[in-house]
Amino acid sequence: MMPNHKNRDIWSVITIAILILYAIILIFPLFTILKESVVGGESGQFSLEYFAKFFSKKYYYGTLFNSLKVTLSVTILSAIIAIPLAYIMTTVKIKGSGFLQGLIVISMMSPPFIGAYSWILLLGRNGAITNFLKDTFNITTPDIYGFTGIVLVLTLQLTPLIFLYLMGALKSIDNSLLEAAESMGCVGYKKIIKIVVPLLIPTLLSGALLVFMRALADFGTPMLIGEGYKTIPVLIFNEFISEMGGDDAFAAAISVIVIILALTVFLIQKYVSNRKAFSMNSLNPIQAKKEKGWKNFWAHFYVYLYVALAFLPQLYVMYTAFLKTSGRIFVKGYSLDSFKMAYERGGDAIANTFMIGFSALALVILLAILIAYVTVRRRNSMTNLLDIIAMIPYIVPGSVLGIALLLSFNKPPILLSGTAFIMIIAFVIRRLPYTIRSSAANVLQISPSIEEASMSLGASNFKTFFKITLPMMLPGVISGAILSWVTIISELSTSILLYTARTKTMTVAIYSEVIRGNYGTAAALSTILSVVTIVSLIIFFKLTGKKDVSI
Amino acid sequence: MSVSITFNNIVKKYGDNTVIPSLSMGIRQGEFFTLLGPSGCGKTTLLRMIAGFNSIEGGEIFFNDQLINNKPPQHRNIGMVFQNYAVFPHLTVEKNVAFGLENRKVSKQEIKQRVDRMLDVVQISNFRNRLPENLSGGQQQRVALARAIVIEPDVLLMDEPLSNLDAKLRVEMRNAIREIQRKVGITTVYVTHDQEEAMAVSDRIAVMKLGEIQHIGTPQNIYHRPANVFVASFIGRTNILDRTCVVKDGKTILQLTDHYFIEMDNITVTKNDNKIPVKVSIRPEEFMFSRTEEGMSGTVISNMFLGLNTHYFVELETGEQVEIIQESSMEKILEPGTEVKLMVKKEKINVFDGETEKSITKGVINDAKS
Repeated sequence: MMPNHKNRDIWSVITIAILILYAIILIFPLFTILKESVVGGESGQFSLEYFAKFFSKKYYYGTLFNSLKVTLSVTILSAIIAIPLAYIMTTVKIKGSGFLQGLIVISMMSPPFIGAYSWILLLGRNGAITNFLKDTFNITTPDIYGFTGIVLVLTLQLTPLIFLYLMGALKSIDNSLLEAAESMGCVGYKKIIKIVVPLLIPTLLSGALLVFMRALADFGTPMLIGEGYKTIPVLIFNEFISEMGGDDAFAAAISVIVIILALTVFLIQKYVSNRKAFSMNSLNPIQAKKEKGWKNFWAHFYVYLYVALAFLPQLYVMYTAFLKTSGRIFVKGYSLDSFKMAYERGGDAIANTFMIGFSALALVILLAILIAYVTVRRRNSMTNLLDIIAMIPYIVPGSVLGIALLLSFNKPPILLSGTAFIMIIAFVIRRLPYTIRSSAANVLQISPSIEEASMSLGASNFKTFFKITLPMMLPGVISGAILSWVTIISELSTSILLYTARTKTMTVAIYSEVIRGNYGTAAALSTILSVVTIVSLIIFFKLTGKKDVSI
Repeated sequence: MSVSITFNNIVKKYGDNTVIPSLSMGIRQGEFFTLLGPSGCGKTTLLRMIAGFNSIEGGEIFFNDQLINNKPPQHRNIGMVFQNYAVFPHLTVEKNVAFGLENRKVSKQEIKQRVDRMLDVVQISNFRNRLPENLSGGQQQRVALARAIVIEPDVLLMDEPLSNLDAKLRVEMRNAIREIQRKVGITTVYVTHDQEEAMAVSDRIAVMKLGEIQHIGTPQNIYHRPANVFVASFIGRTNILDRTCVVKDGKTILQLTDHYFIEMDNITVTKNDNKIPVKVSIRPEEFMFSRTEEGMSGTVISNMFLGLNTHYFVELETGEQVEIIQESSMEKILEPGTEVKLMVKKEKINVFDGETEKSITKGVINDAKS
C-alpha cells in the first residue's frame, strides 16, 4: 500500500531476520526430531522401527490411551463445570464476585504440579484430610493417586481457562436476545439450553482446544500424583532421561506421535469452529441481577464451592510452609525453618528464575511487538508465513520442544545444551504465540488512519512507528508481558529437561524437593513462587483495571 | 502556499478491479471543492490518491505544475482530517497540534506561537492539556482540524469529517469548517455522501458515480440545472417522468399528459421529430395545485404535515406516483382520495434526453472534462 520503497524494505528485513531466527530455533529442531524418529539405530537408513516398537507393547501404547482418557475427561469436565459457573457469575449478583474472579485467575496461573502436590498433602496416603477422617470417623478415603488424581487436579486447574473465555462471550451476548426468547415463552433451563449454550459454542470450542492442549502436554501432575498411571509426556521424559541411558530416537518417535495427535485435534477443532462461527455485538449486555431465596443460595453455594476447591489446597501448601519440620515430617509448632532451608537449597534457583525469566521476557516483548506489527500492518506472503510459524509451538508440548532443542544443539556448531540460553530460547518460543496474539489484537484496535495522520503530518514511517504506534501498543503489550512472566516462572515441562545444576529454576527445585520428600522446603519454595505470581497478577489487575486475563 | 490540483486521466485499480477508469479535472487554488457521491463511487479513493495513501495506476496528479505521483505522503505537504478524527490518544491536545510542526524545521518558540494561535482559531485553548479521551466528538474534530491546518499545508483533505457527529453538532461544525477555511484560504478537498452538507460548505461540487465525474459546478447550478438524470435524483429529491417532446412550428412542446402541454423555451432539441422521448425531472416543490381545470389530474394518496412544509403523495392519471411539497398554509390539508389538478413551474423543471439521460435544458454549467 505504501509507495515508500525504502521503508518497506526495513520492515522486510526485520521479517526475514525473524524468519531466519525461527528457522534455526524452531524449524530445525522439529526437523531434527522427525529425522531422529525415522532413522534406524543400527542401519542408519530410513526405518519405522521406533514407531513399531511403540505400538508393539502395551506398556508404550497404553500411555497414548491414558493420555487421551485424561485429556478428554479433563476437557469435558472443565466445560461442564465452567458453563454454569460463567452463567451464574454473569446473571446473578454474587457477593465479592470481583475478588472471586481474581482468585480464579490466580488458581489458574499457578503451576499445575503445585496443585497436585497440595492434593497429595490433603488426600494422599498421609494427607491431612485422610488422617483426620481415619482417626476421627474411621473412614477410608478413596485413593487419590492415578487417573482420579490427575483428572481432579487438571480439571480444577484448567476450568478457569474455559470460564474466562465464556465470561468474555457472555459479555457479548445482547440481553435483548434473551428477552426475545422469554417473550416467546422460552424461559428457565429451556432458555439456557436453547439460546445461551448455542451462542457460547464457538467460544466453548476454542476454550476446549486450549484445555485439551494443556492437559495433553502437562508433565508435572501425572509425574507427582499419577504413580503407575503413565501419560505420554511422562513416557517421553522417562525414555529420554532414563537412568540406563536414554533412547533419544525412541523419545523422538513418541514426540512425533504426540505432535500428530495434537495437530489432528487442532485441525478438527478449526474445521468445526469455522463452520459454527458467527459474530456477536452487544449494545445491551446481560446485567447481573440480585436473586432471592434458594436460587440465590444455590448460586452462591456453587460459586464458592468451586473457588474453595480450586484455591484452598494452595493456601494449605502455604500454611505447611510455616510448620516445623523434623527431617521430612511435619511436627507440631510453627517456624520459618523451611524458608531458611529453601533459601539454602534453592537460593540459586530463585536467582536463576528471575535472571532467565526476565531475559526471556525481554525477548518475548521485543519479538512479539515486531511480529504482531508486521503480521497485522504489512500483510504479504512472507508475514503470513511468519504468522503460521509463530503459532506452531501452540501444538508442540513443552517436553517435545525440550527434546527437540537438546537433540539439535548438543554439538557444535551450535552447542547450547546445559546453558541458560537454551532455556531462554525454549521459554521465548513457547510463550510467543500467546503474546503475539494479544499484541496483534492490540495493533488491530489502532485505526490505520492514526498512522496515516502521522505520515500526513510529515513523520517518517519509522518515526510514526516509534512515536505513535508503539506508545499506543505498549499498555496492551505490558499487560500481556506480565502474563507471560507468570507463565514463564511456573513452567516445568521444558525446564525439567533442559536444566543443569547451574540453571536450575524454582519450579524444578520444588519438583525435586517434592520427589525427595522434603515437603517443608517444597512448600516454602511454592509459597515464594505463589507470592511472586500473586504480586505480578495484582500489578496486572491494577495496571489494566481488568478483572480477567486473556490467555 | 495554497495550490491548484490537476488530474490527468487518473486510473485506480485494486488487482483486476478498476475503481476509477479515467478521470480528469481541475481544482482551483484556494477553493473549497467537494467530492460527492453514493458509497462506492470512488470519492474516498480519489482523496487518498491525492494524499498519497493510495497508489496511482495511471495518469498524473499535479500540485500547481509539480507532478506528485511518486511523492510519499510525508513530502506532499498536505493536511488531512480523517473520518474517525485519528487524534493521537496518548498525546494531549497541544502535543497533537504541535506534532506536525515538530517534524518540520520549526523553532520551539515558533511552534508554541503557531499552536497557540491555532487553538484560538478552532476555540479549544481551554482544553490544551487534556487527553483526547476527555474530549467530546466535536472537540476532537476541532483538534484534528487544527492539527491539519497548523502546518500550513498546500492542500487540506477531509474525508467525511462530520459523519460521526450528531445532527446538531454536524451543522455547527460544518459552519466552523467553512469559516476557518475562508479565513486561512487553503485549497480544500472535502469528501462526503451528504448532499446538504456538500451544498452548505462548497464553492464547487463534483458529483461522482462509479469512478466517473458526472457534474462539476456550484451548489446552485448542480441543484437547479443538473447535468444528467443521476445528478438530478442524487442531489435533492425529484420525480422523474418519461414523457415526449413535440417540435411544431419552431416551438418545443412538452407533453405531460394527453391534456396538459407546456411550451418550453429553454430546451435544445437537435432532431426535428414529432415525438422525441425525454425524461422530465420535477422536484417536489416545482409542482403547484391548480385552481382551474388546467393541469395533470391525480388523486391524493397520503399527506404528511411537517410544520414548514406539507408533503403529499399523488397518483397521476397515468398511474405514476409523485411526491409534492407545498409550503404549509392555513387552509385544510388535502385528505387522501381528494381529486387534484397539478401544474409545474416550467422555468424550474429539467428535461433530459430519453436515451443518454443527459440534460437538454439550457443553463447547465458543467466543468467536468468529458
